[in-house]
Amino acid sequence: MDLNFTPEELAFRDEVRAFLHEKLPADLSSRVGEGEALAKADYDYWHAALNEKGWLAGNWPKKFGGQQWSAVQKHIFDEECAAARAPRIVPFGVAMLAPVLQAFGSKEQQDHYLPRILSGQDWWCQGYSEPGAGSDLASLKTRAVRDGDHYIVNGQKTWTTLGQHANWIFCLVRTDTAAKQQEGISFLLIDMASPGIEVRPIILIDGVHEVNEVWFTDVKVPVANLVGQENKGWTYAKYLLTHERTGIAGVGDSRAGLATLKRIARTEMQNGRPLIEDPLFAARLARIEIDLMAMATLNLRLVAAADAGAAPGAESSMLKVKGSIIRQQINDLARRAVGPWAMPFVADTDGNLFHPGPDYAAKASNVYLNNRKISIYGGSNEVQRGIITKAILGL
Amino acid sequence: MDFNHTEERRMLADSLRRTLARGADWATLAELGVLGALFSEAEGGFGGAGFDIAVVFEELGRAGCTEPVLEAGLAGGLLADVGRGDLVETIIAGDLKVTLGWQEPGLRYDLGPLSTRAENGRLTGRKSFVTNAEGADLILVTALQDGSPHLFALDPHAAGVTLHSTPALMGGSVSELSLDAAPAQPLGTAALDRRLAAATLAVCADALGVMESVKTMTLDYLRTRTQFGRAIGSFQALQHRMADVAIEIEMARSAVINLAGNLDSPDRDRHVSATKSLVGRTARLVAEESIQMHGGIAMTEAYALAPLARRLIAADHRYGDEDWHLARFIRLTA
Repeated sequence: MDLNFTPEELAFRDEVRAFLHEKLPADLSSRVGEGEALAKADYDYWHAALNEKGWLAGNWPKKFGGQQWSAVQKHIFDEECAAARAPRIVPFGVAMLAPVLQAFGSKEQQDHYLPRILSGQDWWCQGYSEPGAGSDLASLKTRAVRDGDHYIVNGQKTWTTLGQHANWIFCLVRTDTAAKQQEGISFLLIDMASPGIEVRPIILIDGVHEVNEVWFTDVKVPVANLVGQENKGWTYAKYLLTHERTGIAGVGDSRAGLATLKRIARTEMQNGRPLIEDPLFAARLARIEIDLMAMATLNLRLVAAADAGAAPGAESSMLKVKGSIIRQQINDLARRAVGPWAMPFVADTDGNLFHPGPDYAAKASNVYLNNRKISIYGGSNEVQRGIITKAILGL
Repeated sequence: MDFNHTEERRMLADSLRRTLARGADWATLAELGVLGALFSEAEGGFGGAGFDIAVVFEELGRAGCTEPVLEAGLAGGLLADVGRGDLVETIIAGDLKVTLGWQEPGLRYDLGPLSTRAENGRLTGRKSFVTNAEGADLILVTALQDGSPHLFALDPHAAGVTLHSTPALMGGSVSELSLDAAPAQPLGTAALDRRLAAATLAVCADALGVMESVKTMTLDYLRTRTQFGRAIGSFQALQHRMADVAIEIEMARSAVINLAGNLDSPDRDRHVSATKSLVGRTARLVAEESIQMHGGIAMTEAYALAPLARRLIAADHRYGDEDWHLARFIRLTA
């Protein structure tokens, strides 16, 4: 048992820190820290900076242009980026589609799409959820009917994150309506410029345009865009869902959020004293910090197990449930910490309107509201609890 | 980073688990090296590090063992600190049972201010909540001498010593100790912090072991108990409760690892309070949830869950409860 990083890992951490110090602009970092919605240009800048360094896809195998990082290295990189308040790497191409292509795609697909993901030439989005298929994803209805060298796709996807920036979408579509639900699904790559695709914005509870509906009307998709075998899409989707789960706890994000929260609580005054000295507030804060200390170690236990070759199972569901709760508690306490400054509610869609309070208060309500999503997406916490009980109960 | 125990610790845990499953007495535990594992080589043992303590007490908790092992480590550790290696050797051999009286009426979980006084080698006062003093050959107590806390060794059978003992919530006994000019051997100034930190780790690891047993027992019950024509574990209301229990136990295990790994770090006390606060909270949750998921059967003394649930609740009352440590964590973090 040894809770310390090796000298090599510590050296790598220093290297990441130096890179972040050099390449991450203070303005961008502070906007991330304050919970502002980022522009496409912000994401593009950071994507390019990381790619230039070779760290955009550090955990990809070397033959696909990665560094073949260990899970521990990936963890260190993610933690440092979160602590420095770097923009997140938009995951749909780099972290979600790429592993599927690397495992199940054809040589042609790998050679074509993977370099374009790295270069940023393609911005991918995810076409999984549908209005009638949320937690019950396998009930999806978007149809793809074979017609010569093409599929004709009809249907509707929803919750398509940052789809407004995307030029490609990977979709789960139904190719066999007679088969059992999970067995009639295929994994298709679709050019967003195809005729018959319409993207409609969904404005979320915090007033931000983050997700979209994507409508498909007789969209022609070349058969060459099928990943793997027809009707095997569910297998690939599940592979994607169990891949790279060690980041799911969001420990780095929570640590950064807790640091910001403490800064707010040292500045805000209550009864003539800094809020952080209020016993009730201090108790709430301490309880979260104590949970986070344990969560960080729980996360590392899984990272270490992943490096030792263990397949993530119910453990990643545990990280998802507890990690999301801790993150939400931090957001909740940050909103409470700003007191009445949580009331002025300025959304991105409000144009030039400015929040009249301190900078740290501007998005406290928005971030709190926005992050209610994290216990819903990626398999709701209730779905995760179902996975955990099946694994340990065998029922 | 490595979350695997060393080969030696794994072997000790394995043999301990097998032996305890058969029901092990004090002599067997000593023979197995359980007591030696609590002391460093310099102290005459072969362990003494945080992870030695964590491994041993998780198994003792898992088996519900009520032998005074924690007291041996706590009082024995203090004896080692004051240079009484001769007594430590006897403890490790299993030939001397010891305990420590450090609490006093009205002080709850605080170390002081002490009321018990030492004058001319005689102690007068009361010590509270002395665990496993029943059957102890030697009791260490703290008392004020010349205005500062000192440590004394007491023969429980000496004149002026009265023990009022009751069964303890976690098993074993707990005693009120009255001292009326009782003769005692002075052992120097009392510096309890490191040993109390280790004892707190022991309680946390013990509770973790109990939680694992309770989890297994509850899972078995969910699989086999039928109501409304099906196993009750098929009901989502219970499944989700069980999932949360499983998650919180993994959190508690992580907290115990944090403390074990920091028992000798400069940040020790902060970890003591973080871990004890979390484990106290989790122990209560696991006790309450396991009773609820079992239903009526868990309310009976005859069912094996009862002593385990009591032991989990008791864990929150030893060396500071959830709130006491939360407040201490806040002070240490500021």
